[in-house]
Amino acid sequence: MSVNYEGRKIMGYRRENGRVGVRNHVLILPLDDISNAACEAVANNIKGTIAIPHAYGRLQFGEDLELHFKTIIGTGANPNVAACVVIGIEPGWTQRVVDGIAATGKPVEGFSIEQNGDLKTIMNASRAAKEMVHFATELQREECDISELWISTKCGESDTTTGLGSNPTVGNMYDKLLPVGITGCFGETSEITGAEHICRRRAVNEEVGERWYKMWKAYQDEVIFAHQTDDLSDSQPTKGNIAGGLTTIEEKALGNLEKIGRTSMYKEILGPAETPNSGEGLYFMDSSSAAAECVTIMGAGGFVIHTFPTGQGNVIGHPIVPVIKITANPRTIRTMSEHIDVDVSGILRREMTIDQAGDVLIEMICRTANGRNTAAEALGHREFSMTKLYRSA
Amino acid sequence: MAEIPHLLVHDHKDNVGVVVVEGLTANTDMLCCITEDNTIFRLTSKMDVPIGHKIALLDLKTGDTATKYGEDIGKIVADIAQGEHVHTHNCKTKRW
Repeated sequence: MSVNYEGRKIMGYRRENGRVGVRNHVLILPLDDISNAACEAVANNIKGTIAIPHAYGRLQFGEDLELHFKTIIGTGANPNVAACVVIGIEPGWTQRVVDGIAATGKPVEGFSIEQNGDLKTIMNASRAAKEMVHFATELQREECDISELWISTKCGESDTTTGLGSNPTVGNMYDKLLPVGITGCFGETSEITGAEHICRRRAVNEEVGERWYKMWKAYQDEVIFAHQTDDLSDSQPTKGNIAGGLTTIEEKALGNLEKIGRTSMYKEILGPAETPNSGEGLYFMDSSSAAAECVTIMGAGGFVIHTFPTGQGNVIGHPIVPVIKITANPRTIRTMSEHIDVDVSGILRREMTIDQAGDVLIEMICRTANGRNTAAEALGHREFSMTKLYRSA
Repeated sequence: MAEIPHLLVHDHKDNVGVVVVEGLTANTDMLCCITEDNTIFRLTSKMDVPIGHKIALLDLKTGDTATKYGEDIGKIVADIAQGEHVHTHNCKTKRW
């Protein structure tokens, strides 16, 4: 008997713009790499805040610069963030980030270092951050509908058990929750290679499928064929994938696509870090298959929970998005259980059906939404990695 | 299923299966299960094969196509006997 998730409630934070968050972070956000030190100092001064240092933000231009802004602004705008301090080296681009985040209605203040120095900036930003902590800690969770969740997925350190167990588990979750009205997202453009004929057919109509195919083909031509020096063995599949038994990109891709289940269809294609603007349903985000880069831009797109199936045991987390790890590999359960939130190894022993595994995952999504810290959160994994399109000027 | 399967196969069209137990040794009388409809069959392993790695369900020749999920996952580049290990040493991508 299948569980009906229609009307299921979770306890979340309703933000000023109506979106639902499942965490309540006060974020100290650097515009650029050279503002990391000031941000980390503020986060050290004011308890209950989190800084997210990163590697870029200077002398980028064109599409690459736009992606940088989308990633930074999108992360600050994510409903898992209650309030945000932005620090940049100069006021112009800092203000652009502040304005972008302020459009959500949440409290945000910007500080720039030139003509102030780190110490004065840290003092002023710390005072603002302290007020934000008072604000955030008085916010209460309230009852929200499960359909208001935005749930993304990407798998990592995959092996053959991923395609047999953990990815179909995520697929079953989408087959059950997308009809209820959630917003979903998958991606990993390079990793569809070998299953592109199937992915193209999983669009809601031919026009979207054709646009998806052109996007996938452009990546093959402009990135893979333009830069490859060999058959990408050891890169895609990775050494970890190969150790786990995956032999070719085709095999990996077919397993990857199990994450969208049997019936789910994607309605639109998102650019990297782009926020969906056509309502509930499943989206494909043009994204790297590298775990931290992919989760970072999906978080910037506004997704509040990430489901992460793994075979060999990827340990990734994210600063503000809870990353739920699922594995079907009994060896990974035996050797790395502290990283795993959902054990579906029973699928391999034929003791658990995919349908049952999907229900177990949905229960964990609800518990995580209600406040349960994931393994990655408890272990302090806060990976935040920019996707870079080309060299800076 | 009282006995735990050693090898899982996605689709009836597949010519490779995945070892799903640790420490599988040569000459094991493997219980194999096709997950599509839980069809059961038996096959003898000819090598020690690690968990997650693939075993040929029938004799495969150089130039054949490896099939998993009912789909093409690459080309066979060295002859493989039924029950032997299938991996990067004898199977390659047809793409990059």
